Amino acid sequence: MQTSGYRRRAALLATRRAALITATGLALGLAQAGPALADTELLNVSYDPTRELYKDINAAFTEEWKAKTGETVTVRAAHGGSGAQARTVIDGIPADVVTLGIPSDIDSIARLTKKIDPDWRNKQPNGALPYTSTVVFLVRKGNPKGIKDWGDLVKPDIKVITPNPKTSAGGRWNFLAAWGYAYEQNNKDAEKANAFVGQVFKNVPVLDTGARGSTVTFAQRGLGDVLPTWENEAFLVFDEFGKDKFDIVVPPTSIYAEPPVALVDANVDKKGTRKQAEAYLQFLYSDKAQAIFAKHHYRPLKREAAKKEDIALLPEIKLFKIEDFQGSWDDIQKKNFDNGGLFDQLGKQGH
Amino acid sequence: MAVASVRPKRRFRQPSVIPGFGLTLGYTLTVLSLIVLFPLAALVVRASGLGLSGIWEVATDPRVFSALRVSFGVSLIAALTASVFGSIVAWVLTRYDFPGRRIIDAVVDLPFALPTAVAGIALASLYAPNGLIGAQLAKVGIEAAYTPVGIFIAMVFIGLPFAVRTVQPLIAEIDREVEEASAILGSTRLGTLTKVVLPPLIPAVLTGFALAFARGVGEYGSIIFIAGNLPYVSEIAPLLIVIKLSEFDYAGACAIATIMLAISFTTLLFINLIQAWSRRRFGYV
Amino acid sequence: MSEAITPSDFPVADAGLRPPASVVTEKGWVRALLIAVAIIFLALFLVLPLVTVFVQAFAKGLQAYLAAFAEPDAHAAIRLTLVTAAIAVPFNLVFGVAAAWAIAKFQFWGRDLLVTLIDLPFSVSPVVSGLIYVLVFGSQGILGPWLLAHDVQIIFAVPGIVLATIFVTFPFVARQLIPLMQEQGTAEEEAALTLGASGWHAFRTVTLPNIRWGLLYAVLLCNARAMGEFGAVSVVSGHIRGLTNTLPLHVEILYNEYNFVAAFAVASLLAGLALVTLVIKSVLEWRYAGDLAASARH
Repeated sequence: MQTSGYRRRAALLATRRAALITATGLALGLAQAGPALADTELLNVSYDPTRELYKDINAAFTEEWKAKTGETVTVRAAHGGSGAQARTVIDGIPADVVTLGIPSDIDSIARLTKKIDPDWRNKQPNGALPYTSTVVFLVRKGNPKGIKDWGDLVKPDIKVITPNPKTSAGGRWNFLAAWGYAYEQNNKDAEKANAFVGQVFKNVPVLDTGARGSTVTFAQRGLGDVLPTWENEAFLVFDEFGKDKFDIVVPPTSIYAEPPVALVDANVDKKGTRKQAEAYLQFLYSDKAQAIFAKHHYRPLKREAAKKEDIALLPEIKLFKIEDFQGSWDDIQKKNFDNGGLFDQLGKQGH
Repeated sequence: MAVASVRPKRRFRQPSVIPGFGLTLGYTLTVLSLIVLFPLAALVVRASGLGLSGIWEVATDPRVFSALRVSFGVSLIAALTASVFGSIVAWVLTRYDFPGRRIIDAVVDLPFALPTAVAGIALASLYAPNGLIGAQLAKVGIEAAYTPVGIFIAMVFIGLPFAVRTVQPLIAEIDREVEEASAILGSTRLGTLTKVVLPPLIPAVLTGFALAFARGVGEYGSIIFIAGNLPYVSEIAPLLIVIKLSEFDYAGACAIATIMLAISFTTLLFINLIQAWSRRRFGYV
Repeated sequence: MSEAITPSDFPVADAGLRPPASVVTEKGWVRALLIAVAIIFLALFLVLPLVTVFVQAFAKGLQAYLAAFAEPDAHAAIRLTLVTAAIAVPFNLVFGVAAAWAIAKFQFWGRDLLVTLIDLPFSVSPVVSGLIYVLVFGSQGILGPWLLAHDVQIIFAVPGIVLATIFVTFPFVARQLIPLMQEQGTAEEEAALTLGASGWHAFRTVTLPNIRWGLLYAVLLCNARAMGEFGAVSVVSGHIRGLTNTLPLHVEILYNEYNFVAAFAVASLLAGLALVTLVIKSVLEWRYAGDLAASARH
């Protein structure tokens, strides 16, 4: 048993090491669990393409709030597909405000959890829309396939990249924009519009879960001929990937896309952050924030607050509101995207 | 050596002088229940709210059905591929000596250690049409990334170590004298391989196959980056669970999860059966 | 027994009794072919993806590579990943040793079922692993209302991430130790106990030294998985920047922000961790092959 001494030492060492690891872990865990309480933290749960936007907005708000009240507010952001983000709020993420891609997602939170006032659209100016956007096309440089309008998306040799309408707000706006276009073209014939959208989706080879996934697929992986996407996202790709690779094609008509904001009442009351959270939402309507929206190629509510050159970049498009064609947001969501809705029907026929 | 019971009475535990049974078993069962069983039961309870007919309805929904088919079908093919090549790799690593053998032996475990998300973005950038391998495949008309082929590649990646590592120790244990005897008795090398060497390996190959299959069916991280995620074509079941959650369709998500759970449990059972059978047939696992 | 039959014993029948090498192993070209197949296959499926990570990470030079780690969000992700592993791994270590002790050292009814249940997390989809905790701890979940009333945040916070990580790494240690301890039997512990050692003392001085390499090996793999888990954590994380993003989630975020160099840079950190894991693991296997052999058969 000459090794027993060594063994004992090794064993002892192992236990000590394990104890040390556990202790460190707990200490770190505790450190993590107890955040700096002196500062107030707000959580903004947002949708996919607003990552860069809210970096700027949050910094500007923190600065302004500090100047106004002396209090340091850190605004944290979480991004992902709009539906997936709404799901985290429903499951209990402590969001103070939600800034999602489409009204129906906020409606769902209000309906399923009662954490948001059902009348949330009237709690903020302009139907809770500090900015709007629309859908434009991103194509390969020189537009080799000659894509000009929505009608071109159904041509047999065109590959369309779009996110999944089930999970992504951008995907839903693309879907609704194509539908609205066909509806207007065919003298308000809903059947023909349904068929048209079906044709478009037959040309879709990849369906990512978020707008960002689709952009990566199109821009980085080189798949597809056209990426119908948020106007702001198209400009961002321009800046990130270089203007020598892509062109933006502005269709003659497109959809009035409404990414709304809302206070999560139950959470702010619980956390005691209502004052700061309300101020944050108000800040979105301030001249400073409006200018930031325009800088990131969103369409600000107050165009006069933004820089002229930013506004000049936003093209004139005839925009239609999908509510004018399909009624309330409840109906729009149910008819198109809920289980067994139009989108589910399309896939079944297509395959 | 064990203290033999005088009366062959059925009892919960064979007597032993070793202490700590109550403590360790109690702790094990408590932790197992809290971490694994209770949460899994929550899933089953939630899904059972739908009733069997409800779960059946979800499973036979064309989109769900096709996602399950993609997950299970592609995983089956991938596990098969991993098993065939995995067995070759295991054979080469155990039987032959060549420069770099140890490094290659270590590389086999890479998918165990590499995070799936990292594997996903790496595979996507390799097999995309403008990637290193993807561009070559595109020349011969094969689209790899963003098709079921991409799912296949990711599943082979994560399944391979299972296929290799379950077979490898058995190859090492094969009695070389049996092979010699077979050769002396006039069998050709091929005959020896197929009649003497391979049969005892079959349980291990099957186990490796089942493990690779189970892992492939459930895999998410590496696949979503490379799959294309197109409903009815390249949408996998775990992704559909995530999508169902994004639609706030908890019942639907739970139903799919329960179906997958049932099938993975069956796979595990199958593995245990193979091992029990092989223990009887060959005396080892 | 082959050494007993030497050519000198049977000079006449030499050719017939001593099989030529080509009969007990494959022909030269077959071996070369099989080796080539194995190497090409592994290169295509395993090595190339790994190389890609590093090539892409350094695509824009060292400066850009290092910039990825200068971000506070990256620091937060590294910290969270370390914290998660520092809690999940010791937890599973203790559980694994306890479970292996109960299962390997005793015969009891339902033992095989217990092993199967411990194995279960291996074959559960990571997404399902995350989902079950949402169903228990989410606002809509079983304990949701109670947690809400008592102001306890489990999911979308560190506890949820740790729980999901513990779940996916649950079987690692137990599965490695059970066969090892079964093979070693109970004789040594019984001897120690007979000599008057306490149970705890016998465990520390007899059992632990016997299983230490197996344990280290298991902890290594458990740690790699704990730091790299994506699917399960992604369901319970909530993706709050600087707060609930682990390294693998941070990779996805950077990737989705078109910051590919940074995404691959952070990925290379994880890949480096994987490589270190493999190296230590291989060293353990070469040096302590005997100690580990029992587990390798399972």
